[in-house]
Amino acid sequence: MLRQIHSLPGWMAALFVTLLAVTGAMLSLHPLQAHLQSVQLAQGQATVAELAELAKQRYPGVEEIKRSADGIVSVYFSENNQVQRVQINPLTGAEIPEVHPSELFRWSKNMHRTLLMADTGRIVIGISALCTFILSISGALLVAKRAGGWRHFFHKAQGTQSQRLHVVVGRAALLGLLLSSSTGLYLSAGSLGLISEASEADPAFPDHFNDNTDNKAHATVPLGRFAALQSTDLRDLRSLVFPSANSANEPYFLMSNQGAGYVDASTGEMLTFEAHNTARKIYEWIYALHTGEGLWWLALVLGISALSVPALAITGVTLWWKRRKLRSEITDNSAPENAETLILVGSETGTTWKFANALHRSLRRAGQRVHTAPLDQLEQNYPSARHLLILTATYGEGSAPASAQSFLSKLREHTGLQSLRYAVLGFGDRQFPKFCQYAYEVDAALQEKGLQKLCPITTADRQSVQEFARWGQALTKAMPLDFTLEPVEDHRKTDTFTLIERIDYDDLTDAPSCVLRFQASALQQKKGGRRLPTLPHFEAGDLVAILPPETSIPRFYSLASSASDGFLEICVRRQKNGLCSRFLHTLKVGDTIKAFIQPNPHFRPEAGESPVILIGAGAGIGPLAGFIRHNVHRRPMHLYWGGRTQQSGFLYQEELNRYLKDHRLSELNTAFSRENEPSYVQDRIRANGDALRDLFSKGAQVLVCGGRDMARGVQEALDAVIAPLAMDTQTLITQGRYREDVY
Amino acid sequence: MQSTHPLRTSAAAFLLAITAAGCAPTSSADTVKIQAQLNNYRGDGAYLAVYLTDNNGAYKQTLWISGKKPKYYKHLADWARGSGQQRSEYDGLSGASTTSGSTLKINADIAPALVDSGYQIRVDSAVEDQRDYRAEIIVPLTREGAGKPIAGKGYVQSLTYQF
Repeated sequence: MLRQIHSLPGWMAALFVTLLAVTGAMLSLHPLQAHLQSVQLAQGQATVAELAELAKQRYPGVEEIKRSADGIVSVYFSENNQVQRVQINPLTGAEIPEVHPSELFRWSKNMHRTLLMADTGRIVIGISALCTFILSISGALLVAKRAGGWRHFFHKAQGTQSQRLHVVVGRAALLGLLLSSSTGLYLSAGSLGLISEASEADPAFPDHFNDNTDNKAHATVPLGRFAALQSTDLRDLRSLVFPSANSANEPYFLMSNQGAGYVDASTGEMLTFEAHNTARKIYEWIYALHTGEGLWWLALVLGISALSVPALAITGVTLWWKRRKLRSEITDNSAPENAETLILVGSETGTTWKFANALHRSLRRAGQRVHTAPLDQLEQNYPSARHLLILTATYGEGSAPASAQSFLSKLREHTGLQSLRYAVLGFGDRQFPKFCQYAYEVDAALQEKGLQKLCPITTADRQSVQEFARWGQALTKAMPLDFTLEPVEDHRKTDTFTLIERIDYDDLTDAPSCVLRFQASALQQKKGGRRLPTLPHFEAGDLVAILPPETSIPRFYSLASSASDGFLEICVRRQKNGLCSRFLHTLKVGDTIKAFIQPNPHFRPEAGESPVILIGAGAGIGPLAGFIRHNVHRRPMHLYWGGRTQQSGFLYQEELNRYLKDHRLSELNTAFSRENEPSYVQDRIRANGDALRDLFSKGAQVLVCGGRDMARGVQEALDAVIAPLAMDTQTLITQGRYREDVY
Repeated sequence: MQSTHPLRTSAAAFLLAITAAGCAPTSSADTVKIQAQLNNYRGDGAYLAVYLTDNNGAYKQTLWISGKKPKYYKHLADWARGSGQQRSEYDGLSGASTTSGSTLKINADIAPALVDSGYQIRVDSAVEDQRDYRAEIIVPLTREGAGKPIAGKGYVQSLTYQF
């Protein structure tokens, strides 16, 4: 529900809110501009009486003195029946060259307040302000919920690049946007007459004057000695209107921050005075908070916050669109009553739908009638169904994702389903303490209901396609049904790559390794008419999904290079029964493969200066070598690598030695398991405890790449090493300082 | 004044005779055409009060109010004080604010007795975020002054009235 509340006005108002924000940001420069033009006064430095006297001497035809909230003092005086305006220094009376607000500024202001459409525009503006307010609140709630509570509000944002950008920018701008939108809403309500704007004080016009007409000459007090003006600090002045020459006996009219009053023109005493009422003071406060008038630094903060809105609008609409698209991509969806297999999806941001779609397509191809729906749309009756497959994410600290809010309660009251066999695939992020919590709850609830399991619950960390493929294999055996999982990414995006170089490391075992370098086969038109092979975008640590000939199941390899290197590099060990690795090992220079890129943005060093500990075994060195190659800033990088034999089995040996020399690599620790004294990478870690503890105390982060067993061993070894520091790898994982790419 | 009065009455009767019989003239009022040309003052539409005062500036009658929102009328300060901003004073005599650079044209009904007898046409003006002008125009209402443009001090470049 919260998500719907967040997306609907967001999408509708994106345009208007962006317009408001951009014009608002432009207007936010005005208070600073005014501040720079104005003379700053200390409280008690000067009185209105002194300024009035000064103005009268310099400009005998003075009609009015105004002081803006930003401190700009203007004198209006009559000369040759024309009124002139000058901006002056209120202490010296010296004229200050005036900078006129530009046409663009005035246009922005009108656009910001009325969309140049008078009252209709004001209504639209008011609604947009309301939308911004709702968006800020619901957005903050979503971020808190996703992070697992307000305590974690400022934790590292997760998800795709758009998602992270939306969260990071939104979080930074939150307070500014809340202030701008709530105060804007109030001003809007005032200008639309929904609430009272409350006027400035409006004192009664005096009914008598101390007008000693008989001996005016000596009874008249000089302006500079007017008691009413002497008692008003210059900083409190808003305007002083001089008596009109056209009417006799007219008083002065003084408007100050405290109130307004009429001042007797001959005695200088306050004749009538009225203070601004509380409603007016509240209005003025809110007005100042919104416009930053007199508070130039606040105006700048609000202006910068407002500039975030275009970015939020673009990323927000993109995310909304992607979510919609992912769901609507399900085709050939059977009706619930006909379906043999049910796929129910629990998704918050829509990514789980990608996997559901791949599963749906695979099962369709295997001849199954499949019904795919959100978990919330659990039906009472599925007469033809035999299998129930559930793919679900977990939101925040173990709560149900958006499309599964009512599933568990519906399930509790459900009377059927017992004849179905089920399997659950949970999606989550190991950096969160309650990893895949909701998937476990669903699994337990189904078991309690009496449903038979097809296979044990499987969890996929950060949308791991490998885990997904593994789960698919378990399903084919359990259902049993002969199907192969289609790739999650769209087939049409497959590119062709040509092998340009291979380096073999024959370690004299049955499983030799090789490093393969490819370039894009397709020639693409570049600017300037040259046709060059262009690689898709990728970075070391991303995955390349390779489709061996005549198969539709991709195998994933970690990339050892970035597109900027000009080639696509992977390191492959030949597996005994590995269809794809055997295929890759047969390739000769000039041969081609079909593949696509699967981004894996979590597996790469965090930006910064802190040390990086790279740990890998076998072909897992690939992405680690890529990270070192790109360590142009020479941050400390320490590599722990385990291989089989030192002789001819030392992957990347030459390259790594070169990096040691040019300091891209600080330290190289190797362990070989088929030497006379076999040792494993875990042993090297234990042996180097002191050095490692030193790195961890400097904020080191760990990147592990290799087989599952090795990764488990490394984690145990590191836990033992850092225990004296009162640290553990689980905490490091939640902090994003320990990341794995395992297979 | 005494001598011109019968002439005015007969003229009005003559006018009535040759135009529509169904349209009764309002007691004994003259229609005065007033044109106010505004400066390019670079701002939102101006609120204007065009009104009559006596020789001492005491309020007599509202001729026209430009600007639709009564909450801003207090910025037309002299007029506001004189008229007490009573709705009955400007009922049917108000319209949209007058935009920068444009000309306000109105037909005002003024009793012939007020012409050439010391009464004045005055204009108060106000523009949002700019200064309020009290009586930026003061011009005696005389037959002789008809058709002669008068310059304003604020937003009004010139004002002309004609009988």
